[in-house]
Amino acid sequence: MGLLSDPQCRRALARLVVRLNTPLCALSYAAGLAWFLALAAPPLAPRTQMSENAMGSTMVEENFQLGARALAYARQFGARKAAAGAMPVTWLEQTLWALGLEPHRQPFARTLPFPDEARERYMVRGTNVYGILRAPRAAGTEALVLSAPCSEGPRNDQAVGLLLALAEFFRGQIYWAKDIIFLVNEHDLLGMEAWLEAYHDVNVTAVRSSGPLGRAGAIQAAVALELSSDVVTSLDVAVEGLNGQLPNLDLLNLFHAFCQKNGLLCTIQGKLPRGDGDSLPAYGQSLRTLLLMALAQASGRPRGDHGLFLRYRVEALTLRGVNSFRQHKYDMTAVGRTLEGMFRKLNNLLERLHQSYFFYLLPSLSRFVSIGLYMPAFGFLLLVLILKALDLWMKLNKGDAGERLEDGGEDPRPGLLALVPPVLICHGAGLALYFVPVLAQRAAAQHFPVSEAEGVVLTAVAIYVAGMALPHSTHRALAGAGERGWMALKLLALLDLALLLGCLALLNFSLGFLLAALMVPGAAAVQPTGPRVLQAAVLVLATPAGAVLLGVLAQRELEEAPAAAGEGWPLFLGAVGEGLLQHHLYGAVLCPVLALGAYPAWLLLWNVLFWK
Amino acid sequence: LWYLFSPSVDKAWKELTNILSGIFCASLNFIDSTNTVTPTASFKPLGLANGTDHRLLRYTVLPREVVCTENLTPWKKLLPCGSKAGLAVLLKAERLFHSSYHSQAVHIRPICRDASCLAVSWELRQTLTVVFDSFCSSQGKKDWSLFKMFSRTLTDACPLASESKVYVDISPKNKEKELLEVTPAPTSVHEAVVQGDKRTYAVYDLLSPSLFNTSRSLNVQLKWKRPQDSSELPTPVLHAQRYVSGYGLQTGQICTLIYNTHPYRAFPVMLLETVPWYLRLYVHTLTITTKGKENKPSYIHYEPAQDRRRPHLLEMLIQLPASSVTKITIQFERALLKWTEYTPDPNHGFYVGSSVLSALLPSVIAMKDVDVEQSPLFTSLFPSSDGSSYFVRLYTEPLLVNLPTPDFSMPYNVICLTCTVVAVCYGSFYNLLTRTFQGGGGLAKRLANIIRRFRGVPPL
Repeated sequence: MGLLSDPQCRRALARLVVRLNTPLCALSYAAGLAWFLALAAPPLAPRTQMSENAMGSTMVEENFQLGARALAYARQFGARKAAAGAMPVTWLEQTLWALGLEPHRQPFARTLPFPDEARERYMVRGTNVYGILRAPRAAGTEALVLSAPCSEGPRNDQAVGLLLALAEFFRGQIYWAKDIIFLVNEHDLLGMEAWLEAYHDVNVTAVRSSGPLGRAGAIQAAVALELSSDVVTSLDVAVEGLNGQLPNLDLLNLFHAFCQKNGLLCTIQGKLPRGDGDSLPAYGQSLRTLLLMALAQASGRPRGDHGLFLRYRVEALTLRGVNSFRQHKYDMTAVGRTLEGMFRKLNNLLERLHQSYFFYLLPSLSRFVSIGLYMPAFGFLLLVLILKALDLWMKLNKGDAGERLEDGGEDPRPGLLALVPPVLICHGAGLALYFVPVLAQRAAAQHFPVSEAEGVVLTAVAIYVAGMALPHSTHRALAGAGERGWMALKLLALLDLALLLGCLALLNFSLGFLLAALMVPGAAAVQPTGPRVLQAAVLVLATPAGAVLLGVLAQRELEEAPAAAGEGWPLFLGAVGEGLLQHHLYGAVLCPVLALGAYPAWLLLWNVLFWK
Repeated sequence: LWYLFSPSVDKAWKELTNILSGIFCASLNFIDSTNTVTPTASFKPLGLANGTDHRLLRYTVLPREVVCTENLTPWKKLLPCGSKAGLAVLLKAERLFHSSYHSQAVHIRPICRDASCLAVSWELRQTLTVVFDSFCSSQGKKDWSLFKMFSRTLTDACPLASESKVYVDISPKNKEKELLEVTPAPTSVHEAVVQGDKRTYAVYDLLSPSLFNTSRSLNVQLKWKRPQDSSELPTPVLHAQRYVSGYGLQTGQICTLIYNTHPYRAFPVMLLETVPWYLRLYVHTLTITTKGKENKPSYIHYEPAQDRRRPHLLEMLIQLPASSVTKITIQFERALLKWTEYTPDPNHGFYVGSSVLSALLPSVIAMKDVDVEQSPLFTSLFPSSDGSSYFVRLYTEPLLVNLPTPDFSMPYNVICLTCTVVAVCYGSFYNLLTRTFQGGGGLAKRLANIIRRFRGVPPL
């Protein structure tokens, strides 16, 4: 700071920033990307360790033997479900009652903002059934949740079976200090959202549910279970929740510890770590896992039923049984024992999980990158925008001072008022993009040969593309500002973008970083002079919609199921529709962030490019 | 804990809590003014008392403390024969705490010494309530015996006791008789009206010598003649549920649901809520709704909290219509505590004590006034004011509320960081903002100015 208050040093620094601006920007951008790629390497990703004392040193002994019973329950449940065509509510209640639990049901209804074509649902009615195992001699102040979805077809029958078998086993034990809720939720996330809202007696979304509920105190932790086969080869764990929220790392450590104790194979993002050495293939695998996690977190979509718990500050994760072609299989008993161990340790908790990290990235299940290590990568990217903005600011000021000397007092600087119309127009376009598609779905379906869901997505795309034509229709309002005009506008756009990305990275690092990595080069380079076509191409690639498309394609590539060339467009439309639905159903913020934040900022830059 | 005093209440209260804490090895010494309230209407003096001034009453609850073996031992020592003889031999801690529910209580009240009531005696009543989980221990069968539950049998009565009896509830359900049988045959059968319902009890009088004639010990057994379907449990006429709604660490809402399941009778209920001061209640948000309509309480008494001194106290008399659910909600804001005020496990959350519901419930069948002399136990356990109603006091579940909690592991880091930020950034920014920059000069000029100031000469 002493440097800045000394006028000479200040001048020298300013000269440095102006003269070496382009190399500095390029260097900073490269450093940011390189830092991120290096995160997957072992020196930057230390081993995970259990931080919570209550779960660390006290090992528990698992006695669960009811694997066969779990399968019998699963078959009964499947048969009843097939017979009823929906959730066998009465049967589940009776079974829970016979097991000595306190059964409850929660009917709910929800009308989607527009029909969901991927899952074929519009007006949804369902019932969640849950049983509460009351802890002996406890006052019902704390609870744990084990949930399994009741899906269509034979999917996840085994999860419900295992849930019932665990309930039967847990009921016979005396050591429980927290109530345990065994929840079977219908219509996956919709049911989960309805149950959570009813349990916490809030109404965040427009879910309607009826009747008072049985409750069991503050939920401390939750595990969602998805199993669709009688035997599993590995367990995959999903951590990313709504809006990229993550559970405390200790919960993941707990799962990892029990997998290792029971010799179960466990994966994250469906990827097995390839050895622990510093070899290149091992690094490649870590990087792929890391990127997959970043993409999943950036999408803001809950990657399992656990994702909605995180809003209520309940640490939760989803365990997914995978049955692949591996030789070695594990039966229900092994999976049940892992869950038993996890629940016993969670039962031992004295406080909520808070000791370990809440912000992390995972290159593998046994290694993590903490927030202190991944933030610099984003800082370097943001530095590009700030350097560029400084450069513009100084150029504007210097020119100002120079001209004042020449012209003797006349002030040709474009007033801030001249910048108001483009800013207003761009943000207006953002507002239109956010509100119009859902509001105008009926009109779209009447006037065009599309269904309502298609209408919403196509309206969004149409408004988006129409926004790109704005510079041609608005340049009359901006005329006369000349060279300084676009500089001032670009300065404003850069600051807008930097502010948006900075805030985003604090809330959801992956989203902030990926958006920055895509948008920063175009934003820094754009100007109305020079090769316009090339710049336009770079900018179009970096538009928020382009980011969505690239994200979808990259995810398919990393999952080793690359999308064919023709698949891109339907995938993109699907992702847009999904994003809109996620926002309206669960309150995911990706859609408003892109429509109200990133898109207007990008439109400003687009205006700069076509400045006349 | 609740107690009615003669004057000089606060000093006596403090002494009492400390003495009781010593006697029962319980943490009752944590009772202080921050969790003690003076209810106006929920509690009334028992036994002989002439003063009914509510200002002399103190009530407190410590939701954090749980009953444990160390509280049972001193409790047992108060019994006339300890745990050496009589019914108390059954009280084996290992079995008593291997149960679903455990509660122990001590009641002291002044009573008349004799019929003429010229002198006052003190009555000490000790009660122990245990619920055994037969589901857990016997694979769903509901047969039980004393030995199975307590791993002990009765051998004799306490020599000091004037009465020593075992009552077994054998009331027929749904008018079907002979569903269960008890062995050995009871010495007598007692019929009583308990909480508005007619009950039949098999009585074993340990003082009657015939009991121990055939065998040395008494092991009461109950067997069901055919398996019971237990799907229908009778719901109590009055029950309640309490929970915290909302999420996040700023605000929240305490909800109390009170159920009246009586088919056609409405009755009033007195609700007492004590909420610690660190939840700041917004009294204007208090809403009471029954069947979708607002329900106005006929009596309301509210004492606001004082920070670190006194909890909130809210007492209301609410009329519950027949077969209805009444929802009482009040919003609160979570206070920021000073960092030394947090408990050692702040992330566990902070407890809010249970609220108390007192009500006179209408009974299903007409009760005749029970003769006090004939069965003192029943009249004191299940008091009834007159023939048509009986008194019930319910405690709801305590609540666990999370307060905004700092990360205690890094105060040092925080102090260092904050000081650095303030010193470096604030200082230089202030400097940059308030200075006028002029060309030339720099360090040399500044130094010269300092020297000139010392000399008393105007600066350059």
